[in-house]
Amino acid sequence: MTSAPVSAATPPRVVLVTGVSRYLGAQVAARLAADPRIERVIGLDDREPTGQQAAVLGDTVEFERADICTSEPARVITGRRVEAVVHLDIASGAGTQPGGRAAMKEQNVIGTMQLLAACQRAPDLRKIVVRSSTAAYGASFRDPAVFTEDTEPREIPRGGFARDVLDIEGYVRGFRRRRPEVAATVLRFAPLIGRHANTTLTRYFSSPIVPTVLGRDPRLQFVHVDDALEVLHRSVLEAHPGTFNVAGAGVITLSQAVRRAGRIALPVPERGMSALSRSGGGLGTTVSLDQLDLFVHGRVVDTTALIDEFGYTPRPTAVAFADFLRGTGSVLPGEAIKALEQTILAGIRQGRAALGR
Amino acid sequence: MTEYEPVPDVWDRRVAGALAFLRRRLTGEYEVDEFGFDPELTDAVLHPLLRPLYRDWFRVDVRGIEQLPAKGAALVVANHSGTLALDALMLALAVHDEHPEQRHLRLLGADLVFRMPVVSELARKHGSTLACNPDAERLLRKGELVGVFPEGFKGIGKLYRDRYKLQRFGRGGFVSAALRTGAPIIPVSIVGAEETYPMLGNLKSVARLLGTPYFPVTPTFPWLGPLGLIPLPSKWYIQFGSPIPADLGADQADDPLVVFNLADQVRETIQQSLHQLLALRAEETEAEF
Repeated sequence: MTSAPVSAATPPRVVLVTGVSRYLGAQVAARLAADPRIERVIGLDDREPTGQQAAVLGDTVEFERADICTSEPARVITGRRVEAVVHLDIASGAGTQPGGRAAMKEQNVIGTMQLLAACQRAPDLRKIVVRSSTAAYGASFRDPAVFTEDTEPREIPRGGFARDVLDIEGYVRGFRRRRPEVAATVLRFAPLIGRHANTTLTRYFSSPIVPTVLGRDPRLQFVHVDDALEVLHRSVLEAHPGTFNVAGAGVITLSQAVRRAGRIALPVPERGMSALSRSGGGLGTTVSLDQLDLFVHGRVVDTTALIDEFGYTPRPTAVAFADFLRGTGSVLPGEAIKALEQTILAGIRQGRAALGR
Repeated sequence: MTEYEPVPDVWDRRVAGALAFLRRRLTGEYEVDEFGFDPELTDAVLHPLLRPLYRDWFRVDVRGIEQLPAKGAALVVANHSGTLALDALMLALAVHDEHPEQRHLRLLGADLVFRMPVVSELARKHGSTLACNPDAERLLRKGELVGVFPEGFKGIGKLYRDRYKLQRFGRGGFVSAALRTGAPIIPVSIVGAEETYPMLGNLKSVARLLGTPYFPVTPTFPWLGPLGLIPLPSKWYIQFGSPIPADLGADQADDPLVVFNLADQVRETIQQSLHQLLALRAEETEAEF
């Protein structure tokens, strides 16, 4: 059985999405299933999607229960003649799952290895899209202010997620060498934010008092969840091989973000923060070493390559953050302080008038 | 109560301006660029703090400010001296206050600056970034004025007896940045900074212990403790020289011969201009007596 070589730009007929029991995976799978250019979408995870995720997936996405850390996905990929794989089953924090950091590393590293091994043997595969993170740039005082895709990390980061990301990207590089005809897209996402996003970082900004690192005001960048979904969708339907930063243009500093959110910053010396992160929290929030690196060094990336290649510009970081704040429903201090300003100004004017000058 | 119609006068504007500033700072409604530069904070807080030092203490005399372009990129290269890098801050203030367009000079600093808490953030808010080629070239491509001190710690950490002797210019990374972006190089010589903290000795063992590049001994430091940190009130001169074009083409940026030649040209221009300024200072000092 032979078929004419199919260009990578043709939309794939069968797509497999990993990690559909979580928010991003479910959203991506549902959106692909709704696209008429794709015949079928298979959702993979080791547990049944529940609640909101199950509702999002509906019956348009065919669910396959399989543990990504085993060779089970290989059976699905080859048996169902999958043409594109979207790998989203990557955990960014140990807090959300049982088994802690060990389970997280198993899922991220072994899971990706197994999945890529399965992809390597899949005859129909034409495309693979892997979720990565801007954490791949590591954290060092000798880093440039803005990372482009070709910047190499200077130091191995201390955070578990960042280490996993470096491993994952290493495996994808190996895969590219072995299957050069498969279009591999690696998307380095800035922290995701949006009205419905529930991540370590959004939980952090939702607590009234937020710990920061004393004497540090890192530059932060976010990407809106909707933009992340759009970029993922285009990666599957169009051909964009390569590695791309995905972030909203511009930066806001942590102190700005805290003030815009109407929170109170609690500066803690860096040593105290690392102790806090190892002991697993306090102050109503958990600060991981990944986050600590972010809060000391900040992280800003260049998105020229993404905009040129995809012809799509994610909304700016400040706009994405503002949208997240609207979603939290909390009372923002902006209006109140503006009113206070007007009151004080009026008071001063009246006072001066009363004094006759 | 009678109707009060506020008469907009200077004090009313000042009060309203100050309140609006406070409100923006409290609510985070201000902009920083991707390097962390906060122009509002720089103009409203950092520069006013430095201005008395600039105007009344060092009485900085600026010459040749017209050599700086009204807009567009240029690489400002200066000699470095004075133990603490006050010359960098004074140079940035000179560019802002004397230039008709009030341009901001984006300084390139050593990684030690960005290692230190508080200092690193103040440096970023003031418009500085790490002295590395990606950052320098990115700023130049955006049309910024970039300030660099190629002598680095060799310049500020030298002994008083070596004053106004330009040190080695390292690998000439600044020349590569100019060549890759086609930005002109503007040589600058600064006289006066050497006398602010005359460094008589360098306690290398203490420096090693503290992890700093040098540990200065001056007539007042460390003997007078924190008082020893007050700089001596020397009279300063900052001379901007004619631009040296660097539009030989980006492909020349990797040619060590081209890079070192251009670096030497810049170095010699600054050294000559330093000698002229020193002669001028001697004349003016004599004339005062």
